[in-house]
Amino acid sequence: MLQIILTLAIFLILVIPMGKYMYHIATEQKTFADKVFDSVDRLIYKVCGIKGENMGWKTYALTLLTANAVMVFVGYLILRLQNFLFLNPNGIDGMEASLSFNTVISFMTNTNLQHYSGESGLAYVSQMCVIIFMMFTSAASGYAACMAFCRGLSGRKVGNFYRDMVRITTRILIPVSFIVALILVSQGTPQTLIGNLTVETVEGKLQDLAMGPVAALEAIKHLGTNGGGFFGANSATPFENPTVISNIVEMISMMILPGACVVTFGHMLAEKRRELKEARIEKKKIWMGRQGAVIFGAMAILFAVGLLICYNAEMTGNPIIREMGIDQSAGSMEGKEVRFGVAQSSLFTTVTTSFTTGTVNNMHDTLTPLGGMVPMLHMMLNCVFGGKGVGLMNMVMYVILAVFICGLMVGRTPEYLNKKIEGKEMKLVAIVILIHPLLILGFSGLAVSLQAGLDGITNPSFHGLSQVLYEYASSAANNGSGFEGLADNSVFWNVTTGLAMFFGRYIAIVAQLAIAGSLLAKKKVNETIGTLRTDNVTFMIILVFIVYIFAALTFFPALALGPIGEHLSLWM
Amino acid sequence: MKKLGKSIGKAFVFCAVMMLLCSFAYPLALTGISQVAMKEKANGNLIDKNGNSTADPEEAVGSALVGQNFTEDYFFKGRVSSVNYNTYTEDQKENGEYAGVSSGSYNYGNSNPELKERIEKDLDEFLATHPGVKKEDVPSDLLTASGSGLDPHISPEAAEVQVKAVAEHSGLSEETVREIVKENTEEKVLGIYGEARVNVLKCNLGIAEKMGLI
Repeated sequence: MLQIILTLAIFLILVIPMGKYMYHIATEQKTFADKVFDSVDRLIYKVCGIKGENMGWKTYALTLLTANAVMVFVGYLILRLQNFLFLNPNGIDGMEASLSFNTVISFMTNTNLQHYSGESGLAYVSQMCVIIFMMFTSAASGYAACMAFCRGLSGRKVGNFYRDMVRITTRILIPVSFIVALILVSQGTPQTLIGNLTVETVEGKLQDLAMGPVAALEAIKHLGTNGGGFFGANSATPFENPTVISNIVEMISMMILPGACVVTFGHMLAEKRRELKEARIEKKKIWMGRQGAVIFGAMAILFAVGLLICYNAEMTGNPIIREMGIDQSAGSMEGKEVRFGVAQSSLFTTVTTSFTTGTVNNMHDTLTPLGGMVPMLHMMLNCVFGGKGVGLMNMVMYVILAVFICGLMVGRTPEYLNKKIEGKEMKLVAIVILIHPLLILGFSGLAVSLQAGLDGITNPSFHGLSQVLYEYASSAANNGSGFEGLADNSVFWNVTTGLAMFFGRYIAIVAQLAIAGSLLAKKKVNETIGTLRTDNVTFMIILVFIVYIFAALTFFPALALGPIGEHLSLWM
Repeated sequence: MKKLGKSIGKAFVFCAVMMLLCSFAYPLALTGISQVAMKEKANGNLIDKNGNSTADPEEAVGSALVGQNFTEDYFFKGRVSSVNYNTYTEDQKENGEYAGVSSGSYNYGNSNPELKERIEKDLDEFLATHPGVKKEDVPSDLLTASGSGLDPHISPEAAEVQVKAVAEHSGLSEETVREIVKENTEEKVLGIYGEARVNVLKCNLGIAEKMGLI
């Protein structure tokens, strides 16, 4: 438990300066590294013809969609044709059509659901030009949308999509990835372009060792909350995650930017108030702003509750193994690595699904029922920090919902950040909040009613349903981890999860940008004694309850038939 | 229409520039630096038969980071692997028993009867080949499958429970075997992070050396 707390402490120390740096980048203020990056950026702007004009939210959203569509097109071609291209020392064939469709959608939407196995399915050229490429651009797209959203809500101009993309990539993603990758190499992660090796063991047998530019992918995989592994077993593989130090570095790098987004948002709001001299905060140092702190606090409470449940369930272990009489004092070790044990594994599991990364350092299919329910639930909530940018936007949806419900209770027009919340915004919020369960439960229902869906299930009884639920929760939340036993490389699974990922990503982003645009266009209303404060502890607690109540109303029946049913059948 | 064409064209140029930056400049620069500054580490942490790190696959007997399947009774056994640690013989490759390099786990849910069956079978086998060992002394990491199928470690308890049998079959004394285990045990980082663990391949290299096999 101590190592879990100390790991989270490192995160808290790093997230505040990172959030401030991101705030400076999002609002185009001076930073210490401008000299280098300004010249790089100017060159890119020139080549691409980016003028940096302010876009309205509609143009912004449309540009995001166009740029993503082009990348999907290029990525698809590369996957299909990888056997004809360069950098393919292991002689891997082109990828099949439905699998290629699934893979490009998966990586462009920042999901990184993998229905292929990296060792045998991807040439190095695809690892670099599709996987690593999309890991950067999908993360930058999510962040760009979030920054536009935050600027809109804080009363600034929406901004320019391309400019945001370039700035986040050159000033945050590439430099930080570089440092993280070097740390990973120092721990033993390979970074090479030679093909796989075969060695002769001391028993005279042969062993194949899969190689590749692993560290480069590993760094951006976590930093961009992507999660798709170089190898099939993802960050459980020793080469992807060789030591406990690399494990901590990987966790911190996936937590840092989603956490920092909240801090950035808080800064934007607090600085705006300072500009408008609404509050006497001129001299006070801003840590994350009061509005930011409330959201950060609510996310942290949700996170801590999930982590405790997961850790305890895994430590308690599997009752079937206990009955056999062997020593299970180290917890449930099926599907886990000895170097991580239960503590580092359950923390990693909770982090990867809360921050919707989807990388795994233990196999989630083998988690205890309640231990496996936590990652599933956090993907269903999709706002416990969430992926880069997107989690914050989802949480703001719940904030608006909370404001609305409280407004109804006291009979006043709901307001958030001095803007009236009216019918139009509520409709958009409802779309965002409803599309998620609709995708998860709708597709799960479809899968268990069709033979093509049932064919994928590999575990009997309750756990079989958990596999299905987990797969769609992971797709719709753009997480990408899986209950990997699921035999999911079939046309049915490739297409349905592809659609879930696509709609889960883009409907939400467009609706959220629309909300920001609509609020930005509204007149400010003055705070009165009757205004519901959204920057205090009371509101933070309301927010946590709203999230849980909503989740319980929507997902409890499904969870009862899956993980809860399995738990009861094991222990009763 | 013309406007749409223009914005798509811009997106293509942007895509090309980003690809140059993210897919080539970044990984290639990283490869260059890693290959120069940390050659052994960037090439898979290979070790030769004396346990020293090497960059030459011809000399190597494995990687310090990746486990192997051991069948000789004088060697320590690692964890259960669904992919047999990608270890194989020429015959197995020819007859298709070894299907190529891979990683992963069995992915059995807690309630899956096949999990129970597998563990019971392994337990019986272990008790039969390790006389004198009681059930409750067998730590679960020895009978559960690792996540990657390539876990190089076992817990110190899992090594201890094998010491007697390894000593007997190798002809070494129990003290010598314990000494080898101790040499290849890594403690928690800073006494806090991670778990204590024993590297199976390194232990077995130590045993092979003491037995004069290599």
